[in-house]
Amino acid sequence: MPEMDDNHLDRSAAEVDPEQWVVQHGDTLFRYALTRLRDPEAAEEVVQETFVAALGARRQYAGRGSEGAWLMGICKRKVIDSMRRRNRFDSGTGGDMDADPSNAVFDSKGNWRVDPILRKQLPENAMEREEFWQAFRDCLKRLSQRQADAFTLRELDGLSSGEICRELGITASNLWVLLYRARVGLTGCMKSHLEE
Amino acid sequence: MLRCREITELVSQSLEHELPWRKRVELRMHLLMCRLCHGFARSVKLLRRAVREHPDRLQPDEESGVGLSEEARRRIIASLRQK
Repeated sequence: MPEMDDNHLDRSAAEVDPEQWVVQHGDTLFRYALTRLRDPEAAEEVVQETFVAALGARRQYAGRGSEGAWLMGICKRKVIDSMRRRNRFDSGTGGDMDADPSNAVFDSKGNWRVDPILRKQLPENAMEREEFWQAFRDCLKRLSQRQADAFTLRELDGLSSGEICRELGITASNLWVLLYRARVGLTGCMKSHLEE
Repeated sequence: MLRCREITELVSQSLEHELPWRKRVELRMHLLMCRLCHGFARSVKLLRRAVREHPDRLQPDEESGVGLSEEARRRIIASLRQK
């Protein structure tokens, strides 16, 4: 009987217990946000914004699909909003153009000053090893925020270049510079981590 | 002739969009001759493949104990009760 179903959905949507939500989904959302933002405070803020937005929109959800997936969808959006806020190019908070890891690996003529090859990770099973991922996570944190954010959106979340430019309000050539510096920084940093 | 630095920029750009054929040819020629740039290209592609094949490994898992702090949890619940 559809009427009963509707009643049931309305009631359950109205009776959301925020405490229960936070207990059930808070940590998962936090880990997701923390991985992308690398800053616990920013991640907490995103989780809070996610729940507040979800509370406002709970009638639209009305029990369709899994609650966790629905909350995660909102959280993804809020992570990107948070990146946009903190990466505003006019915010004058330093930004990116200062940190260029390629200056350390090339001489003034543009020839390699160091050996960039990650020898130890060339074996096929490199990415099965925790050591590799530990280095990856540490090295992501050492990039400038913009470089790491661009890299994360591109490689971890698989957004296209065009989507990232729209979301962060940057040009394609800005983005390519960010990704280039992120890649040079990551390979160099991981090499020193893994070969110590 | 492009220097290694410019070649590595092309390596990175080639992961974002198709290069014009002239640059593509130059890149390929250089990578055939230059062990270091070739190694860089391999390393960068490995990073991409690693993240795509194991996206969870960059993230702390459930057992890690990483989660909201008590303080944040209380704050969030309080802000939701106000709505």
